[in-house]
Amino acid sequence: MIWDATFQLVLLGSLLIGATSGTLGAFAVLRRRSLLGDALAHAALPGVALAFLWTQSKALPVLLLGATVSGVVGVLIIEAIVNYTRIKADAALGIVLSVFFGGGIVLLTHIQQSEVGNQSGLDKFLFGQAASIVRADLYVMCIVSVLVMIAVFLFYKEFKGLIFDAEFLSALGFSQRVVDLLLMGLIVLTVMVGLQAVGVILIAAMLITPAAAARFWTDRLHVMVLVSGILGALCGAMGVGLSALAPRIPTGPVMVLVATAAFLVSVLIAPRRGVLARRMRLRANALRENGQHFLRAYLALQTQDKQKVVLVDLAGELQLPLYRVRRLAKRLARDGWVSLHNGACSLTELGHKEADFVVKSHQLWEYYLVYRSILEEDHVDRPADEVEHILTPEIIEQLETILAEEDIDIVGDIHKAHSGYRRTGKDE
Amino acid sequence: MLHAVDESVTPIHIHDMTVAYHKKPVLWDVDLAVPEGKLVGVVGPNGAGKSTMIKAIMDLVPKASGWVRIYGKPYLRMRQAIGYVPQRESVDWDFPINALDVVLMGRYGHVGWVRRPDKIDRELAEEALEKVGMTDFGHRQINQLSGGQQQRVFLARALAQDAQIYLMDEPFAGVDAATERAIIDILMDLRARKKTMLVVHHDLHTVNQYFDWLVLINMRIVAAGETKNVFTEDNLNKTYGGRLTVLSEAAQAVAHHQRGL
Repeated sequence: MIWDATFQLVLLGSLLIGATSGTLGAFAVLRRRSLLGDALAHAALPGVALAFLWTQSKALPVLLLGATVSGVVGVLIIEAIVNYTRIKADAALGIVLSVFFGGGIVLLTHIQQSEVGNQSGLDKFLFGQAASIVRADLYVMCIVSVLVMIAVFLFYKEFKGLIFDAEFLSALGFSQRVVDLLLMGLIVLTVMVGLQAVGVILIAAMLITPAAAARFWTDRLHVMVLVSGILGALCGAMGVGLSALAPRIPTGPVMVLVATAAFLVSVLIAPRRGVLARRMRLRANALRENGQHFLRAYLALQTQDKQKVVLVDLAGELQLPLYRVRRLAKRLARDGWVSLHNGACSLTELGHKEADFVVKSHQLWEYYLVYRSILEEDHVDRPADEVEHILTPEIIEQLETILAEEDIDIVGDIHKAHSGYRRTGKDE
Repeated sequence: MLHAVDESVTPIHIHDMTVAYHKKPVLWDVDLAVPEGKLVGVVGPNGAGKSTMIKAIMDLVPKASGWVRIYGKPYLRMRQAIGYVPQRESVDWDFPINALDVVLMGRYGHVGWVRRPDKIDRELAEEALEKVGMTDFGHRQINQLSGGQQQRVFLARALAQDAQIYLMDEPFAGVDAATERAIIDILMDLRARKKTMLVVHHDLHTVNQYFDWLVLINMRIVAAGETKNVFTEDNLNKTYGGRLTVLSEAAQAVAHHQRGL
């Protein structure tokens, strides 16, 4: 049965790895160092193979030590290339990542074909196999994960300062080099401890994806770190659970798929930063703009003796199909701006107030643009149309003061034609 | 400077300082003694080394030669005496942090490694926010602040440092009139409290009005002293004068030579 001791062991291991990489990932992503995690992991592969060849041991600490050394060497080479040649970081990263990985694959193939290597299980380091975690491995993972978490807790303030404003932090007397090295060191440890379960190819995704997903949900760093860590732990656990359902599915890819699913959900439904929330805001804006255009068209059509305006005329003025104008009128009636009378409408008191405000914003802005010679007269309508919707009463007041100071007469209308109510193309 | 400088009462004393970025010299042989309690403007064209001079004072960029003393002591021992307002564009304003937390960073130097800011630090940060008129925005994410408000937050962070000397890199860049007014009021208030300020500034129109001391700079100090003596057409011509100066051409040559290009 899957709820046996081995499974629990594996589950605990993946939970820890997920939590650690999620936590550190938050810092790595914000520091824009996430791809360095990828380079580090790929560059670790030859280290694993060489450590095995040299010691003939497959004890996890030995292999991880080899992995760490070659991973760090890889990252140092990237930095050297960037510092001493004209090659930029992305190319340097590509070069080093692929050559180390290629070398690693060659060594690994060699080991697999030799007698001793056959049973080494080193190929698990490619895609990760959480099931290969044994009790001794788990101790190593536990200790490293706990140490990493403690370090994050202790140096949280320093990391925050480093990522937001490194220069300011060093002006305060915190050595940027030391803090940066500390953070990089923790990222190295996190990547290494996850290698066995997730594999060199995909471990970077466990660093990046939960953090990127967490960013959508919050604007506070500590919340983001927590969410990212919990998300990582969940992904780790679910990855193991799902891959246990069918034999021989490697855990790494499943974890990454789960993490990506979480990311997609976040992109879509997160409040404020999510795509849907954005859409809804844009839609609300479009509705408001259309309403304001309606009011302006109404004012253009109404006359002293005729307070009611026929919807068909409004449709002509707005250059919109009648059914849309009808829907618009119904919505405005619901908001209490207009009252409907059988194919015609009139403004309520509230509607009149709003209409006055809209017209005033539009005109003030036009005058301002023309007066400041920002635009020629016949060019102003469209920009004024776009801006008038977002002018707040405070800005209107400011414009009035400016124009009053400059002694401009607003009574005359520089722009009589009621052309171009900018249609947003959005349906009601 | 021919006269001797009494170091212990001189907030910032720069001696024969040359600074190079990637082997390219950007500041040559700077000698400067800033007097205490003055609001000092640093003015010069783009690429003149204004920011570099400020950063070099705080050891943020390595000096090729020369030294800086803060009240007669090296910066290393006088960090807490200096508050810093970097350029607004130097940070990512989408970072997940609110205004109060940014201001709280001004306390980190006093708090030290590993320890957390305590209640008193928090109160000082809130006080600083109040001084710049941003009390109501403390819990706003910094991305949702206007440019002027962001600049005020940076100023509040420096105020929270509770320093003797303030180095400010273009605090008036891209701010609205109200913010400019608010900032200058705070600077005047600091001056009344005997603080010394070195402010990188771009708007020549306001130099006379704002600064009682002025440093004109273009890869070297063109002139430094009381604004009424230094802010002359002749000096401005020397500072902004025409084509590439000989210095910048020389710098380019040095850089190419040293990088083996």
